[in-house]
Amino acid sequence: MGILVYVDQYEGVAKPVSWEMLGKARELAGRLDGQVAAVVIGQGVGEVAQQAIAYGADKVFVVDGPDFARYRNAAYAAAFKAAIDAAQPSIIFAPAVTGARDVAAMAAAMADIGMAAEVVSVDLDADGNLVAERPIFAGAIVATVTFKGKAQMATVRVRSFPMPEPDASRTGKITPLEVALTGAAAAEEIIGFESMETGELDVQNAGIVVAAGRGVKGPEGFDPIRSLARVLGGAVGASRAAVDAGWIPYVHQIGQTGKTVRPDLYIAAGISGAIQHMAGMTGSKTIVAINKDKDAPIFSVARYGIVGDLFEVVPALEKAFRERLGK
Amino acid sequence: MKFIVCAKLTPDSEQLSDVKPEDVRSGDLGVTMVLNPWDEFAVEEALLLQERFDGEAIVLTLGTEESAEALKRAVAMGIEEPILLSDDVFQGSDAWATAHILAQAIRKIGDYSLILAGKQSVDGNGGLVGPGIAVQLGIPFVSNVNKIVDLNEDEAVVLRNLDEGIQTVKVKLPAVLALSTEINEPRYPNFMGIRKASRMQYPAVGAGELPGLNLARLGEGAALLTWSELTKPPAAASKVEFIQGGSPAEQAAALVDRLIADKAI
Repeated sequence: MGILVYVDQYEGVAKPVSWEMLGKARELAGRLDGQVAAVVIGQGVGEVAQQAIAYGADKVFVVDGPDFARYRNAAYAAAFKAAIDAAQPSIIFAPAVTGARDVAAMAAAMADIGMAAEVVSVDLDADGNLVAERPIFAGAIVATVTFKGKAQMATVRVRSFPMPEPDASRTGKITPLEVALTGAAAAEEIIGFESMETGELDVQNAGIVVAAGRGVKGPEGFDPIRSLARVLGGAVGASRAAVDAGWIPYVHQIGQTGKTVRPDLYIAAGISGAIQHMAGMTGSKTIVAINKDKDAPIFSVARYGIVGDLFEVVPALEKAFRERLGK
Repeated sequence: MKFIVCAKLTPDSEQLSDVKPEDVRSGDLGVTMVLNPWDEFAVEEALLLQERFDGEAIVLTLGTEESAEALKRAVAMGIEEPILLSDDVFQGSDAWATAHILAQAIRKIGDYSLILAGKQSVDGNGGLVGPGIAVQLGIPFVSNVNKIVDLNEDEAVVLRNLDEGIQTVKVKLPAVLALSTEINEPRYPNFMGIRKASRMQYPAVGAGELPGLNLARLGEGAALLTWSELTKPPAAASKVEFIQGGSPAEQAAALVDRLIADKAI
């Protein structure tokens, strides 16, 4: 009974969610008395494979070559399927993030393996099969998913599992996999790329998110938000209203049509709390809301609320944090 | 060129939080059911492509007879070929079986260039059926498409959103595209469209009319996933604590104290 983990990477840097899943896989494998394998797909990803061993993999399948230099859904899916065939795992984890979630779905469909999408918690049943929990209906309901079939797959939301400590003394086996691409697997050609990387911390990976919505009234309104986020070492998020208005790029959007985040602390300023927004952040450990309207729905999910003008409260918060955190 | 949209009937987003676990079990959600908001973008894109390339836009939906409501919205927007796939044997099918049924219907239509889907449904939010259809048909799947730049009989050039940036992708046709909300603005139906939609018939196409169905793989009995438990997430342990009184500076200081005491920072 082995576990296979999809290690997602971009330009040779692994996405942290990969290690979170490896840590959980290690824990479950201990209970199953099984092995943990990982698969890394890309070009020049040897170092990522080594890191996978440090984070808990006993074996790493590597699909490395020019065909995999850039994300191509069907090509990556063919590679993932090849790793599944080689590893014959009973449990498979992949990240529920842009790109990987589709690669996982294709591979699971090809292998006819049951796949639970966007899970936030997993466990084993008495027979060692995966049991997963996932939010449905915009988080209004939590479904416990059980599986039929010889293997069970889940895509996992970022920050669902704790980040493990790497152990550089761990050893493991690295196995290159040759994957020939034919038909649909070779049907995408990347003819251009426009980078959106800002060097800013990604909202999904952040332990603290400071988010703003319509209440900031314009692009400059994000200045105090960014400032507070910087002091806290957090990321900046936004509601759909702010993104649609063109005040901040889509990559910051949190909610049903944006990203789902699970930070330790979520500060929502000038966000009313539409259901679609809340679907993206109610997994946060502590929620603080700042809004002029005491009846704003956001207060129904918040731990702490301040009714007031965010243009006064947010800078005051920044100052208070600076003082208390000694910055 | 044929553009086929796969659409689903889902709860109105605004009412998702009103759905109770026992209603999900019974199948009668007790809320307004609508065309999945994500799928509206697919219907709109199909209409735009039909106009732009002098093609044919078709909308498929799989569900109970009530799913005709999803088709009505599409027809009211301008779709002229709605198809309802409905049969007791389809009920309870998992994502891969659902994709199989849709794929067989697509094969029966034949000679298709693009299959268009919303990114996910607002209820299940798995985004599995699109990739499932692509695998069933042996064709590529491109998600997060925010623009169809160009299109001919053999290939399409589209923009795909990744977290790190936007790829320009040339993909061989036919292909499945899942669309981002940035791709277009779905039109509102006009009165003529609504009237036409309400007068149209939506006969159910059943298992007997879809050649090549693997019946053994359909329905609840063959489903690889089961929702063994459905619960409402635990309500917040306490209601929100409003930080009262004083100046913003005082409120801020009080909040910071709480957060540090809670170890939230």
